Amino acid sequence: MTMKKKNDILSRLFGKEHRPQENKHNQPADADSGKSSDAGKGGGTGSVPGSDSGASGEAHYSDHNHNIAPDHTEDKYPRNGKDGKPEVDLSSGKYTKVWQGPNHPGVTGNMSLELTICGDEIVDAKTHVGYLHRGFEKLFERRLYMQVMPTCLRMCVPESDTNEYVFSEAVEELSGIEAPEKAKWLRMLVLEMSRLQMLLRVVPGQGGAFGLGIGVQWGMYVRELILDLFEELTGGRIYHMYMLPGGVRGDLPEGFRERAIKTMDEVYRFAQRIDDVMFNNSVFKKRATGTGYIDPSWVDRFGIVGPNARAAGYNRDVRKDHPYLLYDQLEWEVPVLEKSDVYTRARIRWMDMQVTADLIKQILNKIPEKGSFKAPTPNALNWRIPRGETYVKAEASRGEFGYYVVSDGSAYPRRITLRGPSYTHAIALLEKMLIRTNIADVGAIMVSLQTCPPEIER
Amino acid sequence: MSKLKDILSPFTAWNNLARDPVTIKDPINDRPGAARYRGFHQNDIEKCIGCGACESICETGAIRMVEVDEVETKEGDSGLRPEVDYGRCCFCALCVDICSTGSLTLSNEYIWVDEDPEAFTFVPGIDKKPWDNNQDGWKKPEPDYELNIKERVRMPEMQAEERENSFVEIVKGYSREQAIAEADRCIDCGLCQATCPAHMDIPDYIRAVREENLKEGFRIMYKTNPLPEVCGRICTHKCEDVCAMGHRGDPIAIRWLKRYIADSVDENEYQEALQQENPKDKDKSIAIVGAGPTGLSAAYYLALMGYSVKMFEAQPRAGGMMRYGIPEYRLPYNALDQDIDYILSLGVDIQYNTRVGKDITLDALHEKYDSVLVGTGLHAGKSTRIPGTDHEHVYQAVDLLREFSKGNEIPISEKIVIIGGGNVAMDITRTLARLQNQKYGQVNITTTSLETEDVMPADQEEIDEAREEKVNLKPGWGPQKIEIENNKIKGLHVQRCLSVFDENGRFNPQFDESQTDFFEGDMLIEAIGQGMDISYLSKSIRDGLDFTQRGRLVVNDYFQSKQEWLFIGGDIIQGPDVIHGIANGHKAARGIDMYLRGDLRYE
Ligand SMILES: Cc1cc2nc3c(=O)[nH]c(=O)nc-3n(C[C@H](O)[C@H](O)[C@H](O)COP(=O)(O)OP(=O)(O)OC[C@H]3O[C@@H](n4cnc5c(N)ncnc54)[C@H](O)[C@@H]3O)c2cc1C
Ligand code: SF4
Ligand code: SF4
Repeated sequence: MTMKKKNDILSRLFGKEHRPQENKHNQPADADSGKSSDAGKGGGTGSVPGSDSGASGEAHYSDHNHNIAPDHTEDKYPRNGKDGKPEVDLSSGKYTKVWQGPNHPGVTGNMSLELTICGDEIVDAKTHVGYLHRGFEKLFERRLYMQVMPTCLRMCVPESDTNEYVFSEAVEELSGIEAPEKAKWLRMLVLEMSRLQMLLRVVPGQGGAFGLGIGVQWGMYVRELILDLFEELTGGRIYHMYMLPGGVRGDLPEGFRERAIKTMDEVYRFAQRIDDVMFNNSVFKKRATGTGYIDPSWVDRFGIVGPNARAAGYNRDVRKDHPYLLYDQLEWEVPVLEKSDVYTRARIRWMDMQVTADLIKQILNKIPEKGSFKAPTPNALNWRIPRGETYVKAEASRGEFGYYVVSDGSAYPRRITLRGPSYTHAIALLEKMLIRTNIADVGAIMVSLQTCPPEIER
Repeated sequence: MSKLKDILSPFTAWNNLARDPVTIKDPINDRPGAARYRGFHQNDIEKCIGCGACESICETGAIRMVEVDEVETKEGDSGLRPEVDYGRCCFCALCVDICSTGSLTLSNEYIWVDEDPEAFTFVPGIDKKPWDNNQDGWKKPEPDYELNIKERVRMPEMQAEERENSFVEIVKGYSREQAIAEADRCIDCGLCQATCPAHMDIPDYIRAVREENLKEGFRIMYKTNPLPEVCGRICTHKCEDVCAMGHRGDPIAIRWLKRYIADSVDENEYQEALQQENPKDKDKSIAIVGAGPTGLSAAYYLALMGYSVKMFEAQPRAGGMMRYGIPEYRLPYNALDQDIDYILSLGVDIQYNTRVGKDITLDALHEKYDSVLVGTGLHAGKSTRIPGTDHEHVYQAVDLLREFSKGNEIPISEKIVIIGGGNVAMDITRTLARLQNQKYGQVNITTTSLETEDVMPADQEEIDEAREEKVNLKPGWGPQKIEIENNKIKGLHVQRCLSVFDENGRFNPQFDESQTDFFEGDMLIEAIGQGMDISYLSKSIRDGLDFTQRGRLVVNDYFQSKQEWLFIGGDIIQGPDVIHGIANGHKAARGIDMYLRGDLRYE
């Protein structure tokens, strides 16, 4: 795509002022790794974002940060031990341990944070998961491949369709079956609708984490409209169970195209309104700007993906980098911003939301009228998948999301494991990000990473 | 510093005061599920066959097949129906998608309030629900959406040109890949097993094909059927008629899978595969009259039980109609011999060319043996008795087939007329077509039946293949008389047959005399059925037997007659086909064993 066209697309969607800056980190990883040799180890005063992140990181930080406390004296913060983690002497009486979660309005799902605070500032953080372990990956080993379908989608409840897709695609790949063209379009439609309903929750949800509830209600309303569409197309609102190895489970219902396109207008309208009440809200700006900063140099070291990486200047999107389905037949530009703080990450999701609505419209106009939506597959009760293994990934709203599937040639998967973005975002990265933030911002930071605990525990 | 805009812009939220609310006031009534919604289960009880595919696919274990008072077990219906537990169901609708009959659907109803938690486990269609007649909801997506393959794997067969003048077997048999693919289609419902007269453990031997454990499959088959090479080729496959897959597609090719297993075990591997010995540890001995499937099957199971078995057979070889009736191109002799040789190898003694009633009396056998089984089949061809049938060039199909099988020369003229619409008629037709081809280089046979093609008793594939072999089929005509001139047959006069059976199902053909035709031919063959010859039953024996009003012999469940030492089975009693003979023989063997232990009375 020409640069002009690309700019056209973006400015059509976002107008001039929201145009993403040209991305500096277009190429993955290595380019940056040299800059921040000791950041991962947290050496020296280590864990203050910005101070450990080398030249470019520092520039970002000082340029952008407004409300992270400046570096304090050594004795206020515990020193890091050999493992790079702060060594907290609780007997000193300076520190208090508090638990945030597993039940807490500010946590995203069932996980908890063990926080060590000094005053209202966090000096150490530890993530605890295990409240939601359902043993899915083990369950799969006792399921026929077709039976994995209605189970696997529960690994990430709010965006279940990506599970269905990567699983189906993996089985197809291993057994040498290709879904028909129509099924591919319908899969894309559902994947984008899924992304959209997710973003309709998390974009205003970022305001909610700071106490701005109103956008959440609006977002939920528009999301319900998307769920209505899901219900029409797939027969379900949350668990769609629409994609299965071989294709999908139904064609577009009559009049769906028109209804869906009309619903997208609601999405744009919502985007405008949330822009007014949230993004152009002085309180929100004040709380979100500079909070939860992700230094670009962390992106590769922590395996940061999706909007969290794109807000830090990385142009990464599986749909573009490793096109699957028929994404290469769509025209769109991946939103990329710089200075990844809570505000920027919310902003990039806001942009994603509109890009997604745009993609849905494109897809709806491209779904062929004719053709089958499911390839013939063997008897679901006896379907043995040839020996082999594969990793299939897709871009979820949170970033790269993939299944590693191993078959021993039987009718039951030998192993299916999920690589989801939340694992790294919510565990290693969050622990690092929380240090020296204010306890009041913890919820907002978690939301800004869009972590999904069910996806961590499977 | 925040810009002024950032302070004012949030107040645009007040705009909402001027907008209509978007909430639904009464969601329970105002919000039906979408047309495709996956709501509560419905089951069309008449259509459901209790196959249990829904239970097998259900990932949450929400479905259990249960007995219900409203449904009776019958052929092709297990009598069970799915019970759904909403404490487990995840509403994936895979049960609907896989349902063999399409009886199971989901309504779009999604609200159900009950204070009794047990209520949420119910049998859809049996336990009446308000949504039972709901038209909307999830149905199996049509047309090209399947969770199984509807079409069976095509059997490689000889083309018409290749087989026209050859008696080489037409059906070539599945390859390994083909057999496995076909076995994969099985949903393991067991309806076939219940229907098979021999109750062969079909799902298990199909699984053996799938798992490539063919010797195990072979052992499974021999538990209920010692003639798998035969049945794998010519069985009437009642099992396939009730196969769950047949409701929306082709039934599983059960017969061809049986053949695949049987063919996979080499003749000299039988002993090793079956690991059987004839213990001969019982001091009782049994006589069997007739070495057809009934006699052979009984001999096999009796030998394994340790009895001494002696068979008496009128013909020079064993097999009965399997050898002397069924043509070689459908059942080659080596396949038949493979089955028979193994049975005889268990120490079964057989005396050929001995007709009981003529060469030795049944009373003499009664005297010498502890028990006697007769399975003498139906070998006397029936005649239409129309004028001219006494002509010397009017033959019985079974007689010609027998003579030809024995290797004797049979008469073949240039123009032949055959009367009969069943499989025997097709067998003689196609046999003679081959012989005409060999002798005259062309086929000129007219085969006519009372029945029109849609109700002809012959298998459709036989009809189609006969046509491919250039036979002139004339269904729907009633034979009137044979035209004879100068003692030479000229042909057959026929008139239109309007119906064959009356409303009571009795044979009572109706004709339209105004519509007639004439089929030319210089030789005529009747193939309208066979009767039994039980003249070997002496008066004293006969007087001690029960007959029905229509003259049929009466036996109990174990094929024991009123003369308790005498067991009777096969075509004389049931069928007529090979698998009934096998099943009867097996059951009779168990009956004889029970009788000899003093555990069985006629009653
Ligand atoms: C042309 C033809 C084609 C057929 N095709 C098929 C088919 O495709 N599939 C199928 O399932 N069935 C088929 N059948 C039917 C099947 O062959 C018979 O139902 C089956 O063989 C009957 O078995 P049986 O043991 O009762 O008797 P038979 O097979 O008839 O065997 C009886 C045996 O007893 C012997 N016998 C008779 N009287 C005496 C006596 N007094 N003393 C000593 N021995 C005697 C006979 O010689 C014969 O060997 C066909 C039949 C015919 C005629
Ligand atoms: S809908 Fe799914 S979970 Fe429920 S009974 Fe059917 S197969 Fe089982
Ligand atoms: S799959 Fe269909 S036909 Fe079979 S038992 Fe279940 S509901 Fe009945």
